[in-house]
Amino acid sequence: MPENVTIEVNGSQLPVAAGMSVATALFQAGEFRFRVSATGQPRAALCGMGICFECRVTIDGQANCRSCQILVRDGMVICTS
Amino acid sequence: MNEVDVLVIGAGPAGMAAATSAQESGARVAMVDDNWSAGGQIWRGIHDSCTRIPAGVRTLWGTQVVARGTSEHTLLLEDSKQAVEVAFDKLILATGARELYLPFPGWTLPGVMGAGGLQALVKSGLGIHGKSVVIAGSGPLLLAVAAYLRKAGARIKLIAEQATTKAVSSFAFHMVRYPQKMRQAAALKLSLHGVPYLRSCWVEATEGEGRLRSVRLRQGRKSWTEDCDYAGIGYGLYPNSELACLLGCRLRANAIEVNEWQRTSVDGVFAAGECTGIGGVDLSLLEGAIAGYAACGDTGRASRLFGKRSHAKRFAGALGRAFRLREELRTLPRPETIICRCEDVLYEKLQQMSSFRAAKLHTRCGMGPCQARICGVATAFLFGWRTDSVRPPILPARAASLAIRKEFQREADLKVLP
Amino acid sequence: MDTRESSSFDAVVVGAGIVGAACANELAEAGLRVAICEQNGYVGGGATAAGMGHLAVMDDSDAQFALTSYSQSLWRELARELPVEAEYLACGALWVAADEEELSEVERKLRFYRNRNIPAQILDSKQLAEAEPNLRAGLAGGLLLTADSVCYPPCAAGYLIKRAIATSGSILFGKKVTDVSESGVRLEDNTFLAAGLTVIATGAAAVRLVPEIDVHPRKGHLAITDRYPGFVRHQLIELGYLKNAHSTTADSVAFNVQPRVTGQILIGSSRQFGVEDAAAEGPMLSNMLARAIEYMPAIADLSTIRVWTGFRAATPDNLPLIGARPGYRRIYLATGHEGLGISTSLATARLLADEILGRASTIPRSPYEPSRSFAVHA
Repeated sequence: MPENVTIEVNGSQLPVAAGMSVATALFQAGEFRFRVSATGQPRAALCGMGICFECRVTIDGQANCRSCQILVRDGMVICTS
Repeated sequence: MNEVDVLVIGAGPAGMAAATSAQESGARVAMVDDNWSAGGQIWRGIHDSCTRIPAGVRTLWGTQVVARGTSEHTLLLEDSKQAVEVAFDKLILATGARELYLPFPGWTLPGVMGAGGLQALVKSGLGIHGKSVVIAGSGPLLLAVAAYLRKAGARIKLIAEQATTKAVSSFAFHMVRYPQKMRQAAALKLSLHGVPYLRSCWVEATEGEGRLRSVRLRQGRKSWTEDCDYAGIGYGLYPNSELACLLGCRLRANAIEVNEWQRTSVDGVFAAGECTGIGGVDLSLLEGAIAGYAACGDTGRASRLFGKRSHAKRFAGALGRAFRLREELRTLPRPETIICRCEDVLYEKLQQMSSFRAAKLHTRCGMGPCQARICGVATAFLFGWRTDSVRPPILPARAASLAIRKEFQREADLKVLP
Repeated sequence: MDTRESSSFDAVVVGAGIVGAACANELAEAGLRVAICEQNGYVGGGATAAGMGHLAVMDDSDAQFALTSYSQSLWRELARELPVEAEYLACGALWVAADEEELSEVERKLRFYRNRNIPAQILDSKQLAEAEPNLRAGLAGGLLLTADSVCYPPCAAGYLIKRAIATSGSILFGKKVTDVSESGVRLEDNTFLAAGLTVIATGAAAVRLVPEIDVHPRKGHLAITDRYPGFVRHQLIELGYLKNAHSTTADSVAFNVQPRVTGQILIGSSRQFGVEDAAAEGPMLSNMLARAIEYMPAIADLSTIRVWTGFRAATPDNLPLIGARPGYRRIYLATGHEGLGISTSLATARLLADEILGRASTIPRSPYEPSRSFAVHA
């Protein structure tokens, strides 16, 4: 059974399985709006392999991080825009 | 610092095979991959003998290549914390391929993903049990993805393949020469029993309010809607040739050109796998092995694999022919369909442009972080445009990484695996 | 040899960069039938696409001041009709002083601008930090020029061309001019385009058509980041920039950073001599970014998505060539703008049109005369 870590998504604490990507954790949490596009549309992961940049979120204060390329870590703070 | 004789970029099947054979030939080998474990895309999440790094091969995980290094035979790399320069004697590019996406109305909705993209997320732990999924696009990958998702509990409503029944059947016919593939295909067919596999069928549009709700499909004169939670849509694979271009390697048909030794047009630079042309995992393994041996000058071992490689290559040829993209897919975008996702550039704006560069300067198409990896391929298909030449950084990189100077350099901290 | 003649124009402008576009617009507005010959299939593809688009007023000489301030006022007028794609942003500029020595230079600049009614104010260390929180601590202060602005030059050039065509012009894309004479221009396909007069606005490539002029390419690198809205608010320049711009031998970098309306940060600047290869160079880029990080440490962690280079057209005295080609009556030059091509394009076009039409100019034209003594070698 995978161990859980606790991450914070837009202010809420969320237990998730260790080893998943931040993008996966966001979908699991029902978050389908990772960011807004240049003209304000909601966007989420497309390619799942780090080349489309649609999955960018702010992690631990750093903006424009590709969530599909980053694994969840205990205490991680994630903000979608 | 530990010397690197052969540096392999990419730890997918081709990269692994190259690292293994280079090491066998006595080289000190290091690998770089932006994932956290081996397998590339096709073996993502598999923890098996095939994804075990040979002992002694040092690997930098979560690391991407950014640019050339400060001297010849060096590359500048970056991970989440630092930039690092690695020196090598020979380079093997096993950078693989990415999915080919074609724009259609609604393709930017959250929940619409690549077929491989959706699979990658499920492999990462996305709960798909009980969720309804439509798989569409083109290529054998669609079946593999559908089978995998179904096994994970997804309700696959259908698979829409744009190629004709004739094209797909002739491809299936080719597989007679590849008994192992026949067995794989039969197994796939069994695992997808009950899932409609529609040919000459494609997604016309996806709909939803802030999130995917349904998919509109077309097959001949028929058009209908399917509700679904997720859509996995991909139109085949496209080689990741950006690093090769940066290094001056010649391309042929959008893939890295290599000779029989898997050597590129640049001395000391080899390439193997999907980045040299889409051909499937068996071909990738053979090409990787040949590249690994050849990079070490072990022509004997390399040439012994030529026969098998030729055999595997014929399969690759059949693959390309069968799943060629049809003309109708060019007519999918509407004037208000977004083509460049990074910058939200509409189709109607691009129709007024004469070239990719004109579009870039005057509509911002291609100016986003994906560096035209998505819209460059899409506009090549829609308009026949060619993208700009490749410049560093080949992927967005921290300014600090690009500011690296000889006096600030830290030598690669290559991890030796147990 | 095919020498068929095409229709004839009152004026042919060679080059659809920002300067050519401005000239074409002015001449069309004055009633001339204008043809613009552009070798690319689109407008603004040369230095116009590469440059920073900072619409600056400079104090390094009276002549530079006159041209830049006149041009800036013309930009302010034009801004009212520029399309949103031209990304005109009245963000102001901040010349940053790193130490007390530079701060005294700032005081000199303040007097210069104030005496000429350019809105300027000195910011002390604390005020500088408030104006730009991402600048490193310990800077001495700066000079704020609130009337400076920025734009995205290819779309501004596109707009000017559109206006020129709507008034009385045509643009010929994919037409490279290989030779100019008093009666018109010859194109690469051997067609001859008869012209009442010709304006050469081809930037650093002008020497190909006008071999005797002293215009040399000065390579520059630029980088742009992903979107970080609010990271920087003004065009920021270090005082050392001017020293670099005036040097005629040394390769150099200077801190020079700009906010774009997208929230991206445009990072410059660098200057190199005698380099004709457009490839991005690791060491130059490295030095330029390191300099930027020195002034704004947080730039270190910003995602840099694209790097490119461009070639400024430089003359020995850093002033452009605006006016008749020496020894000719119907060939005109509008080139040699170094790093101020975007800024001074509008005034350049106005002055050139004045000369062509025999009108008096708002500022003296003599400092920019191509026949001036610095170095027209025979």
